[in-house]
Amino acid sequence: MFAPVYLDHNATTAADPAVVEAMLPFLTGLCGNASSRHEYGRAARRAIDEARSKVAAAVGAHASEVVFTSGGSEANNLLIKGAAACLKPGLLAVSAIEHPCVIRPAEQLRKRGWALHKLAVDAAGRVDAADYQALIGERPRIVSVMLANNETGVVQDITSLAAQARAVGAWFHSDAVQAVGKIPVDFRQLNAAGVNALSLSAHKIGGPKGAAALVLDKRLDIEPIIAGGGHERGLRSGTENVAAIVGFGVACELAAARLAEVAPRLLALRERLEGGLFSLGATLFGQAAERLPNTLYFAFPDLDGETLVGHLDRAGYAVASGSACSSANPEPSHVLRAMGVETELARGAVRVSLGAANSAAEVDSFLATLRATALSLQRLTAMAV
Amino acid sequence: MLKLPIYLDYSATTPVDPRVADKMIPYLVEKFGNPASRSHAFGWETEAAVEEAREEVAKLVNADAKEIVWTSGATESNNLALKGAAQFYAGKGKHLVTVKTEHKAVLDTCRDLERLGFEVTYLDVQDNGLIDLEAFKAVLRPDTIVVSVMMVNNEIGVIQPIAEIGEICRAKGIIFHVDAAQATGKVVIDLATLKVDLMSFSAHKTYGPKGIGALYVRRKPRVRLTAQMHGGGHERGFRSGTLATHQIVGMGEAFRLARLEMGAENERIRMLRDRLYKGLSDIDEVYVNGDMEQRVPHNLNISFAYVEGESLLMAVKDLAVSSGSACTSASLEPSYVLRALGREDELAHSSIRFTLGRFTTEEEVDYAVKLLHEKISRLRELSPLWEMVQEGVDLSTVQWAAH
Amino acid sequence: MKIHVTLARLARKTRASPKEDEGVATGMVGAPACGDVMKLQIKVGKGGVIEDAKFKTYGCGSAIASSSLVTEWVKGKTVEQALDIKNTQIAEELALPPVKIHCSILAEDAIKAAVADYKKKHVDQAAG
Repeated sequence: MFAPVYLDHNATTAADPAVVEAMLPFLTGLCGNASSRHEYGRAARRAIDEARSKVAAAVGAHASEVVFTSGGSEANNLLIKGAAACLKPGLLAVSAIEHPCVIRPAEQLRKRGWALHKLAVDAAGRVDAADYQALIGERPRIVSVMLANNETGVVQDITSLAAQARAVGAWFHSDAVQAVGKIPVDFRQLNAAGVNALSLSAHKIGGPKGAAALVLDKRLDIEPIIAGGGHERGLRSGTENVAAIVGFGVACELAAARLAEVAPRLLALRERLEGGLFSLGATLFGQAAERLPNTLYFAFPDLDGETLVGHLDRAGYAVASGSACSSANPEPSHVLRAMGVETELARGAVRVSLGAANSAAEVDSFLATLRATALSLQRLTAMAV
Repeated sequence: MLKLPIYLDYSATTPVDPRVADKMIPYLVEKFGNPASRSHAFGWETEAAVEEAREEVAKLVNADAKEIVWTSGATESNNLALKGAAQFYAGKGKHLVTVKTEHKAVLDTCRDLERLGFEVTYLDVQDNGLIDLEAFKAVLRPDTIVVSVMMVNNEIGVIQPIAEIGEICRAKGIIFHVDAAQATGKVVIDLATLKVDLMSFSAHKTYGPKGIGALYVRRKPRVRLTAQMHGGGHERGFRSGTLATHQIVGMGEAFRLARLEMGAENERIRMLRDRLYKGLSDIDEVYVNGDMEQRVPHNLNISFAYVEGESLLMAVKDLAVSSGSACTSASLEPSYVLRALGREDELAHSSIRFTLGRFTTEEEVDYAVKLLHEKISRLRELSPLWEMVQEGVDLSTVQWAAH
Repeated sequence: MKIHVTLARLARKTRASPKEDEGVATGMVGAPACGDVMKLQIKVGKGGVIEDAKFKTYGCGSAIASSSLVTEWVKGKTVEQALDIKNTQIAEELALPPVKIHCSILAEDAIKAAVADYKKKHVDQAAG
């Protein structure tokens, strides 16, 4: 029995040992309710405050700008619905390649009188400049474009997009869940350019599931989506998940500290993988754009992605055929569709997302397995035809 | 040797049972997959763990696992239940009924719904904290779509007549939501017989971790909800967002332990609570808030007359207790729950909520009794009000200087 | 029978020191509804010097501390000097946070009330 190789870090990551260690005292012993006034409660409150500072520091924000939520989906829901609730209905824009937890809340707002503009992307997965120009001309009130895409890893030119949005008075949000720990994310700098809010998540960066944050420019008024008790400055009620928040803080601290060392290493691994995929005849998605150093999205023209991924799993390699959240969905990826990828090719999509613990040897063995698997599947396909 | 402060605040939160923590930790490290990942073993392994935990939560309340929806906690469950049902059934009517002593998560959600055009009746309770069923029936209207009543009150521990309310609601076709955050492991909950449509649960009040809860959504007769958290369509579309496996596993184990152990545990805790009550009842001018019979065995909420609240909490800082519910105790306002009982209108009373639990010992209870005797008597020696009362002055007749 | 009394009369009626003493004056301020009631008693000797002071306080820790502090401070002062004690001094000495400033104000008021009671009695006695 050998340990499978995990190559699906954009879906989730294992908690770092240092994160688990920091969490343990709050998971195993008596951890007070942070709203309680006695010592157990105050200790929990202090731990949360410390974590808030760490999260803020990792993304160049102020601690008072960090609102903890139960996950990235909630952070995105909170921003989209919460900001809309404070504005007169108007035009809202999200890119067509956003995660469903941005697109669905945006679609919900139609019921409240909002018009929704789904921004087109070019063949490389970048927000289409002409469509964005057109949007800006229509004076949107809220614009949400992700910093980096979970499937393709394509990084958007957020600074420029936000600056244009600000020029027409729009609030600009960016889902940075996939970007943190892989590329530099500096809220102060982004905020100066016009970005008003960022969504972050712990479990994508070696933290636990169950903690995330919305980093929020205080000029942006939002209404809470979960009421009751007034936690998190009234923006998110519910007893704080102390252990997970503590873990999130440490994960952010580690991610920021390791970025300079990890990013080039991930990039070298990805390039090694890319080289191998080319020689196997794979099509790479988003190749012409700037991408996260850890993400590679590809397809073999004549192979079904689900099938390939299933074979790779049995061979000991965990990769994804699309984003984890929509993996149950047989529809081809909405991201690839938006990029104009043909349905047949999109059905072949496989995502490899590397983590700091992956090695060159793992990449090489993965390539060898992929080659063998692809060849045998192609033979089968050819026989069937 | 006693560890101070002594924790007597189990209704604010409970420690995670070590057995629960042991089950959780592997899901942070080696079994870390995203349960939504369908393409590899990492995902299947955690998905299986999530479903096993769902079974355990369902079993404690005699429900079907398919009726359990994971949330981030009881606050979110309450929001989802009330907003989800009100919005889905808005075509049938715009009226909701709840109770003045509900948790803020219900009351604030109702306020939100009022802003969205719904009408809410906030029912009074009797001076024992319990609902008067006749008064309840009287506020129901043809356009009432949702009723929300908590099973166990967080501050005074009284158990509302859920079975009776359920019968009334079902007969009228009204969706009945119950906040059971404080009830699991303390009260037997049988959803096969209770006519409850929606029920909120929390893990961290029942020796599980914080950050995880669940909402029971009845399938027969089927209850529909408008989702409140949109995204990848997790939890059959009821609630999107990556499932926090370790927390879910923790909640499952905590609820499994509750099912197996609650019978014996509650008797032990009842004895400790009664010991505490007996120990305090020989202090002059103390009285219990809330009905002493229809009450969970963990809770004792006592008012001490002529003692000021903040100085009392300071004096008993070796006891980790609450003067209200944790969510509101940061403010110095008198508890709205006690006010609803008509108690806080009286002058100069302070209340302490003692909530006992799995790890409370007899020694701790005895320490608390001794400490309170000392401190109450010291504070009263210092109190000009106590002195006046001793001298026969009726404080309500005094014309206090404007301040 | 219910006793109808005003606060000033009540203050005189409920004395901390067991012995009726000619030089003892009492000030009671605050209200239970506000969360604080302070009773300050001063024993004034020859030349209007406060020889002793006692307090009883129903209130938070800061209120108790404020009243305790003024009993220390007024001792040895004349009643006129005692009136110079300002709430800001009390607040500063105890490092009271802004939300507790009212405790120091109440303590200052207690001094004023006790001195007023002393003067009233003094006048009463002079007149009588």
